[in-house]
Amino acid sequence: MSAHAAKRGHGGHGDPNKLGHGHGDVPSSEAGPADKRIVVAYGFWIFLLSDFIMFAGFFAAYAVLVGETAGGPRPSELFDLTLVAWETAFLLLSSFACGMAGIAAFARNKFWFQVAMSATALLGTAFLALELYEFTHLIKEGAGPSRSAFLSAFFALVGCHGIHVTLGLLWLSTMQAQVWAKGFRDDILRRIACWSLFWHALDIIWVALFTTVYLFGMGQ
Amino acid sequence: MSTLRTVETDAISPFFGKLSWDSIPFDNPLPLVAFGAAGLLIAAVLWWTWKEGHFPYLWREWITSVDHKRIGVMYCILAAVMLLRGFSDALLMRSQQAIAMGNPGYLPPDHYDQVFTAHGVLMIFFVAMPFMVGLMNFAVPLQLGVRDVAFPTLNSVSFWLTAVGALLVNISLVIGEFAKTGWVVYPPLSELRFSPGVGVDYYIWALQIAGVGTLLSGVNLVTTILKMRAPGMGYTRMPMFCWTSLATNLLIVAAFPILTATLAMLTLDRYLDFHFFTNELGGNQMMFVNLIWAWGHPEVYILVLPAFGIFSEVVSTFSGKPLFGYRSMIAATMAICLLSFMVWLHHFFTMGAGADVNGFFGISTMIIAVPTGVKVFNWIFTMYGGRIRYTSMMLWSVGFIVTFVIGGMTGVLLAIPPADFVLHNSLFLVAHFHNIVIPAVLFGAFAGLTYWWPKAFGFVLDEKWGKRSFWFWITGFYVAFMPLYVLGLMGMTRRLGHYDVPEWQPWLIAASAGALLITCGIACQIIMIVVSIRNREALADVSGDPWDGRTLEWITTSPPPVFNFAVLPDVRGEEAYWGLKSTAREKKRLSDRPEYVDVEMPKNSPTGVVSAFFATVLGFALIWHIWWMVILGFLGAWATFVVFSWRDETEYDIHAADVAEADDERRRAKAKLLDVPHDGPNGTEGAPA
Repeated sequence: MSAHAAKRGHGGHGDPNKLGHGHGDVPSSEAGPADKRIVVAYGFWIFLLSDFIMFAGFFAAYAVLVGETAGGPRPSELFDLTLVAWETAFLLLSSFACGMAGIAAFARNKFWFQVAMSATALLGTAFLALELYEFTHLIKEGAGPSRSAFLSAFFALVGCHGIHVTLGLLWLSTMQAQVWAKGFRDDILRRIACWSLFWHALDIIWVALFTTVYLFGMGQ
Repeated sequence: MSTLRTVETDAISPFFGKLSWDSIPFDNPLPLVAFGAAGLLIAAVLWWTWKEGHFPYLWREWITSVDHKRIGVMYCILAAVMLLRGFSDALLMRSQQAIAMGNPGYLPPDHYDQVFTAHGVLMIFFVAMPFMVGLMNFAVPLQLGVRDVAFPTLNSVSFWLTAVGALLVNISLVIGEFAKTGWVVYPPLSELRFSPGVGVDYYIWALQIAGVGTLLSGVNLVTTILKMRAPGMGYTRMPMFCWTSLATNLLIVAAFPILTATLAMLTLDRYLDFHFFTNELGGNQMMFVNLIWAWGHPEVYILVLPAFGIFSEVVSTFSGKPLFGYRSMIAATMAICLLSFMVWLHHFFTMGAGADVNGFFGISTMIIAVPTGVKVFNWIFTMYGGRIRYTSMMLWSVGFIVTFVIGGMTGVLLAIPPADFVLHNSLFLVAHFHNIVIPAVLFGAFAGLTYWWPKAFGFVLDEKWGKRSFWFWITGFYVAFMPLYVLGLMGMTRRLGHYDVPEWQPWLIAASAGALLITCGIACQIIMIVVSIRNREALADVSGDPWDGRTLEWITTSPPPVFNFAVLPDVRGEEAYWGLKSTAREKKRLSDRPEYVDVEMPKNSPTGVVSAFFATVLGFALIWHIWWMVILGFLGAWATFVVFSWRDETEYDIHAADVAEADDERRRAKAKLLDVPHDGPNGTEGAPA
């Protein structure tokens, strides 16, 4: 036990990110329980993968139903790529700000953390505002989710991403409050890491969504 | 709200939503009486606990516990209670079909449809699932040699959310109705147009909430198994139950989100006039059927794989041999894990996807029989040449192997598309899947329950009543379900409330007799538990190793201390505990006394039960369209997590001295068990060598 424990000491040379690799003759699978930091991030990754699968369900439904316009508008008649380009810009920039917040947290700098998080929130809100504008605009034009199966699938897929962004913003605000009230405690740092994984994951989803819904949509 | 249909908006009050006095089925006494009786029983139990002053204990030690062992036990209790509820539905159906030849029987169609739907939903989601999740929760960290799961508080949240799902299904007995659509709620029948009541909504929200719990517990156990193993516990040293649990939880993580998405689409159809699966405006019903089985088939393996793990442990332990073909068993488990995603279409060959597609799925279905066959032979070869002890657990296992092979073969029959066109939707199918689920999942759960009971409570279960229960169950199973194969071949379709073919009736009466035999089996199990609790002194498990076990859960005491292991075991090979036992017997001494240090354990938290309370409010409000309450429930659940994240002290220390004391007691018991000298607490020899 003690021999293992000694070999297991994290942060040695050749392991800058303290992932527990590279400790002599003990394979990493036999090194004993991992650090809390690793366990939490790993668990959250597993959760994110499951979230991706849920999105995959909505993507699949969209792919099946995209042609089912029931005599209503087709994708190419509805989408405004300029608007979507702005949405994309806001969301990607918010991820940049989120990265900055991560660096600030790493440096334990409360001021810049709060600035970067606020910038993230602002950009995220701008994204949501544009999405909301797009939705209300479509509904006013008579292209709401009840119009056809295609529009149902469209609103569900894009809306599901929007709900994720909304919940991400809610989570963001509690992370700001936690840092403000409690500082960079270990468990709070782990939560910040999970939150930023979540925020970046929403980017990945958006890239897929932008491509399959809006770009392909121009030709459909 | 403008998107809701006018018929609906008429009935909706801003304060009560769709809820009114008409929602309570006063005209139908059966559910009211059942619910009243259950309610009285619960009230009496609560009153008794209150009067005896057990509430603080219950709150502190169970309800707010984040200990994986306690949570595992609570999952199993939930499953056992729901088994009684789901089984009473089965008795209703069997008795209805036994008498309803040429007459309407005693259950009106409206009620009968709810009964068969509730039976399926309860048995799959609230019996089989919690039983398996509970056993995994209990045993996996112990087998891995660690102190808890990766996320203990999340574990408690998962359990309580599952309980909310079960609660909502049971509330539907008296407030409103349950779905009348069958347990996989196919549209368009489940759409608002054809199921305007709240039954399908109960189904949706009960499953969504419980599904979140299941998903979180899947994430938790995957992380635990992949990242939290005792030093030396490499992948190919893990007990087989841990491997099958890993496969199961990977499947949960990969499959349950599909269910979430599918039910969300149905919800949008029903609540906001979307058109995913409607008849009009381009909706596609077969997409629902595809999606639900893309979850539903892996679900079968989610249920059955942990049971395979239990049988592996039981067969190896009671044959006194290591599991035959350990590595081939791992390969078979992971092959099943992968293949389970490639066969979903065999649930609806009759969709008419064409010969090529049906051929592909027919063959892929038959291929699953190969790794399953590997497993069956491995169990048989484990027994071959072993010194088999025929305990009740071993009976469940052997009964499983024989019965499961029959069920597997009828499955291969159904995998042939042309045969399936004849047998689809018939009682042959009903017989087939009961022939899989009962011997595999239920027998597995019973074997696991008996196997780990002493670890959980410190005394073994009464074997005499356990064996009686087994014989009633297995004969009851054959008498109840073999006739259904015959009836299927005679052309009887499933879900019939009444019929007018006199030739069917004798077989249905026989099936009812089988159900009565199973009732006796369940009664024996209840007696077994009562008798064992009363004789717990005589049945006590002092050594912590009542079955001469081979895996790490048997190294600690029964019940284990809250921290499971005083120091994490040092694993040097497969069958870690067997290795240590053999070394101790050889060297005539226990392993060296380790250096004890303080143990950090997670603090209890009411987060799980409080968030579950708000989830109940949220679910109920969504079912009844009470929008202010929806907001309240959501805010409450969110606030609970914020409060949780504000905690300053998340862990507490158990002092090294206390750990040492607990371990000394364990070492004393082990020394006695292995007949080796026990060294005293100060390192001095307590007994002559």
